[in-house]
Amino acid sequence: MNPPYSAPTTLAELSQAGVARIRSVQGDDDAAMRLRELGFTPGTEVSFCRQAPFGGPIIVALRGYQLCLRVREAKRVLIETIGGQL
Amino acid sequence: MSTRLALLGSPNSGKTTLFNALTGLRAKTGNYPGVTVDRRTGTVQTGTSEITLIDLPGTYSLHAVSEDEAVAVRVLKGEMGENAPDGIVMVADATTLQRSLPMLAEILQLGRPTLLVLTMIDELKARGGDYDLFLLKKLLGIPVLGVVGNRGLGIADLRENLADPNTWARPTELPESNTEARFAWADALLEKVERHPVQESGLTRAMDRILLHPVLGMVVFFAFLAVFFQAVFSWAAPAMDLFAGSMDALADWVIHTFPPGLMTSLLADGIIRGVGAVLVFVPQIALLFALIFFFEASGYMARAAFVVDRVMGWAGLEGRCFIALLSSYACSVPGIMATRSIPSPRDRLATILVAPFATCSARLPVYALLITAFIPDTKIVGPFTLQALTLMGLYLLGGFSAILFAAFFKRGLLRGASLPFYLELPPYRFPSLKSIAVQVWRRLKVFLQTAGSIILVGSIVLWVLLNFPQTEAPENYTPAQAQAHSLEHSWAADVGHAMEPIFKPLGYDWRINIGLVASFAARELMVSTLAQVYAYPNEGDDFTSLGDLLSRPDPVTGKPPLTLAAALSLLVFFVYALLCLSTFAVVKRETNTWRWPIFMMSYMFAIAWLGAWVTFQSFS
Repeated sequence: MNPPYSAPTTLAELSQAGVARIRSVQGDDDAAMRLRELGFTPGTEVSFCRQAPFGGPIIVALRGYQLCLRVREAKRVLIETIGGQL
Repeated sequence: MSTRLALLGSPNSGKTTLFNALTGLRAKTGNYPGVTVDRRTGTVQTGTSEITLIDLPGTYSLHAVSEDEAVAVRVLKGEMGENAPDGIVMVADATTLQRSLPMLAEILQLGRPTLLVLTMIDELKARGGDYDLFLLKKLLGIPVLGVVGNRGLGIADLRENLADPNTWARPTELPESNTEARFAWADALLEKVERHPVQESGLTRAMDRILLHPVLGMVVFFAFLAVFFQAVFSWAAPAMDLFAGSMDALADWVIHTFPPGLMTSLLADGIIRGVGAVLVFVPQIALLFALIFFFEASGYMARAAFVVDRVMGWAGLEGRCFIALLSSYACSVPGIMATRSIPSPRDRLATILVAPFATCSARLPVYALLITAFIPDTKIVGPFTLQALTLMGLYLLGGFSAILFAAFFKRGLLRGASLPFYLELPPYRFPSLKSIAVQVWRRLKVFLQTAGSIILVGSIVLWVLLNFPQTEAPENYTPAQAQAHSLEHSWAADVGHAMEPIFKPLGYDWRINIGLVASFAARELMVSTLAQVYAYPNEGDDFTSLGDLLSRPDPVTGKPPLTLAAALSLLVFFVYALLCLSTFAVVKRETNTWRWPIFMMSYMFAIAWLGAWVTFQSFS
């Protein structure tokens, strides 16, 4: 039996959904500001490309380009799955 | 006072390529974010006037988080001891407008004359994208031009438009000044002007499937490296031998043509043999530069940072530190400057402290000389010889040691939380062979200038120390014995003997010590010293390479200058020791204190001595 499915809520879990929309970036420090300036604004569509082995960084695609970021930063980006998918 | 314009835009949007196309200069370019870390100025002839163009490091916004970004923002605001530029040329990669256009709003809010240049229009078209630039110009209210910087398309048109920024049209309406509003503004604009959306690069997707594969990617990477190091020995060797032979012939010709005496000896032994011994390695160094610039221009650098980020994370560092280390393989001076793109000051310092472990091109002459002399040329796997694999091993040893010591520093001296890490992955681009050739030539020129200054002066100083005070050799001595006699009574011999307590445990005799002392000015001087010390008068007409002279019994003492154990120990010493005045100076400049360069010199010497001692003891 699989555990009950719960929808991914942060960018770090994006691999489960494949594609999602940004809800918000948590925090107001330099890192959060920079992520917003890189295009992580509410409603932006973001898709999963790949992850380096052993919990390494992930590559996501958004706004027509690819960005690599660490899991720790990805956890700060809240996402919602796109309607129609689970 | 001529008109001053600044090139501003996201990292890797092609500012420097455009700068080169407009000014005719040849500043360094690459396909990864953060190639330019300092401002640079050039002159553009517009036909009617002359303008000063300032190339700036890339930045994702006017809110800087690293030192290179801060330079861009300070120049823009006129905080660098000069006025703010008269106009801003915003450079945006046409294939990533969705991400880069929002910054235009931030720039327009400064209220300065602004012109938008879209670069890489050819790539946009190739990937099926198309924008209505006339409509974009109308909606924005400012001049908009499309160019292909590396092929010069649209440059003439742009040049004319640059002449007078005061005539540039001003924007009609601007969004509110917050990030979300700027992105909404850009999205609304692009929806109106986009005729066809740009597609993902198919080549990039296919190559990433292989190169970013956890196993396959590593296999391809190391196979590529092995082929390269084999090439250093197999392809570059014939050119080298030819060059070494002609240098030797030239020295002999000088000796036989001019009357014997001090000036002839200075010219033949000091200058031709001393500097020539280093110049011989030009083909190999050119090959090395070509490889590094190929990596930098292809788009692989950012991927390499992704692949090794797990290891860098363990060391407490981030991918950008790895990029700076890779750049240090050409020369640690630009590598240390590249650390300016690292936002965390502690990560940056840790990277600076270990950057000289990366095998710079100055070590190549020493490595190649000692390897050809002492490592057999036997085939190990397929076409790969033990010599090539040893060289590759030395390069990898430098890299692993850098990461290991960075981890050590980050866990102790420079402990601190690491800042967030993000890195844009550009699409793969096939590097223009011309631009690689230009960059290789630029670096080779630096190498030749070093040879013409530090190495030349060093060789002359060495010649003086090796030949004075002049002593009379007994009359029954052979020419070789006479030379050995004169060397043993020279000032250089005093220096070499004085160093014996330090270097004897590592297996070097006093002659090698002279080279080691000289190496503190520049590593290549090791090779110059050996070339002068072992330049015995030719008995026959046969040309003997320097490598052979080092491994064969000395005609006077009957013992070879170096044993295998001592040669390996010397190689290890060169892997670790910081022997470069330029690096010392650049660390002083970048850290703004004498403390760090002195610390670096000392700890690296200690590691080098210990490593060499362990090597010598285990092999002898």
